[in-house]
Amino acid sequence: MRSVSLAWAFFKVQAAHDLQYRANFVLQLINSAVALFTGLVAVSLVFQHTDTLAGWSRPELLIVMGTHIVLGGVIASLIEPNMRKLMEDVEQGDFDFVLVRPADPQLLVSIRNFRLWNLIDVVVGAVVVVSGFADLPVRGGAVRSVAFLAAAALGVVVMYCMWLILSTLTFRIVKGDEIIDLFQGVYQAGRWPVSIYPNWLRGSLTFVVPLAFAVTVPAETLSARIDPSFLVVGLGITAAVVAITRLIWRANLAKYSGASG
Amino acid sequence: MIGRYYLAQARQGLLHDLQYRTAAAFSLFGFLLEPVIYLAVWRSVAIARGGAVAGYSLDQLTAYYVVWSLVRAMNLALTPYTWEWRIQSGRLNDLLSRPIHPFHHDFAFFAGQKIVWITLWLPFAVVLWFTFRPSIEVTPLRVGAFAVAIWLAFTIRHMFQFLEGAVNFWTTRTSALFQLMVGVELLLSGRLVPLALMPGWVERLAGWLHFKWTFQYPIEALIGKLDDGAILTGLATQLLWIGVFAVAIRLVWGRAIRRYTAVGG
Repeated sequence: MRSVSLAWAFFKVQAAHDLQYRANFVLQLINSAVALFTGLVAVSLVFQHTDTLAGWSRPELLIVMGTHIVLGGVIASLIEPNMRKLMEDVEQGDFDFVLVRPADPQLLVSIRNFRLWNLIDVVVGAVVVVSGFADLPVRGGAVRSVAFLAAAALGVVVMYCMWLILSTLTFRIVKGDEIIDLFQGVYQAGRWPVSIYPNWLRGSLTFVVPLAFAVTVPAETLSARIDPSFLVVGLGITAAVVAITRLIWRANLAKYSGASG
Repeated sequence: MIGRYYLAQARQGLLHDLQYRTAAAFSLFGFLLEPVIYLAVWRSVAIARGGAVAGYSLDQLTAYYVVWSLVRAMNLALTPYTWEWRIQSGRLNDLLSRPIHPFHHDFAFFAGQKIVWITLWLPFAVVLWFTFRPSIEVTPLRVGAFAVAIWLAFTIRHMFQFLEGAVNFWTTRTSALFQLMVGVELLLSGRLVPLALMPGWVERLAGWLHFKWTFQYPIEALIGKLDDGAILTGLATQLLWIGVFAVAIRLVWGRAIRRYTAVGG
């Protein structure tokens, strides 16, 4: 309960901070529009030349793309700002100030920052998902919609774990900006169903950076390509990833030596 | 003096990336996944159409995106975000106090980094090559033209992004403009797909802009989609764009710098 109230307090402060800079809303709107436009152009180009992409129809691909945008918005607003701050703090030695506070350091580094305007992508992505869903020839009922939301929520948790694991590498290699480049590059692969990729990349996107789990599985749940009961397996996978992340966090934290001056 | 400055600054860029080689490898790997994504998508389309799409055989598409990855590693240039940060933080003061144009400072630094980037690119290219096995028939002219064209492509891209960065002197925030330009570049350079896969009017429009000469032209020069005459005309066009941007930089920089008032530093 204390964790939730702490997170809420940070959230309110950050939201109030972002509301001061309303021009950023317009900038984010332009960025989202550009990204959406190029994404839609890419899908449209593909379907000018073929009817299905490796067995995926146009509405199904729109659901994948929309899920990717929603998840990207959540990452950009809730996860990336915190991880970026963690990397900066380690590089500049300010992480010491986190460690001396009377709260769990993992919790603190995960809730300190929030970017309000990046939530625009969540709205944009949701619109794309709904439009793809509406175009499906056969639609599932409310169960599939709820299963999609649950699968997407599990995807967010797994992506948070991935980010935290990558960010804690800064305890060992110090320079962290490029870790963000790496993640952003890998994340782009989630815009398309993982089944189109060569085996080595498909394996990596399933087991190393589980974009297959975070993006393709929710989209498959909504477009009736997999059964909602898969969520039970998903829950087990997520619990395992959370536990492993906690272990990695502790192991890497033990390697941290203060660098503040 | 400028020659020695270039050598020293390129050495700085090289040593910087050698020092942070793991970080450079992470960064490069992130960038180089982009062509793998496009390649996977368009191979699936070509296979669905019986092995070719818009005049590109499966082999040519594969070769296109494998060479794309090298062109991408080569044409990475300083982004306008850095200019935004320099102006907002006052760090530009440091560059302005040097007896040399800031353009040369960044250009030489990035040129030096290319040595590390290309070295890191090689294992990635080997993986791509053995995964997709493209076939390229190369001639001495194609290889020679490609070697020149990728440096000219880097120069054009660096100059254009310098001009984008200079917009910060008027607005102090150019991230939206830069994102817009990235979107335009994706569509009009051959970065997302070879322009032959685009509608005809997009392909014609792209011919009048510089973007195509930083991505598609060097790639097509090497993979055999252009005849010898088109290769040489392409090199001349790249030089023409460099000339145009050199004049633009001269005009814009003089006006931009007069607007600058130092903030912090």
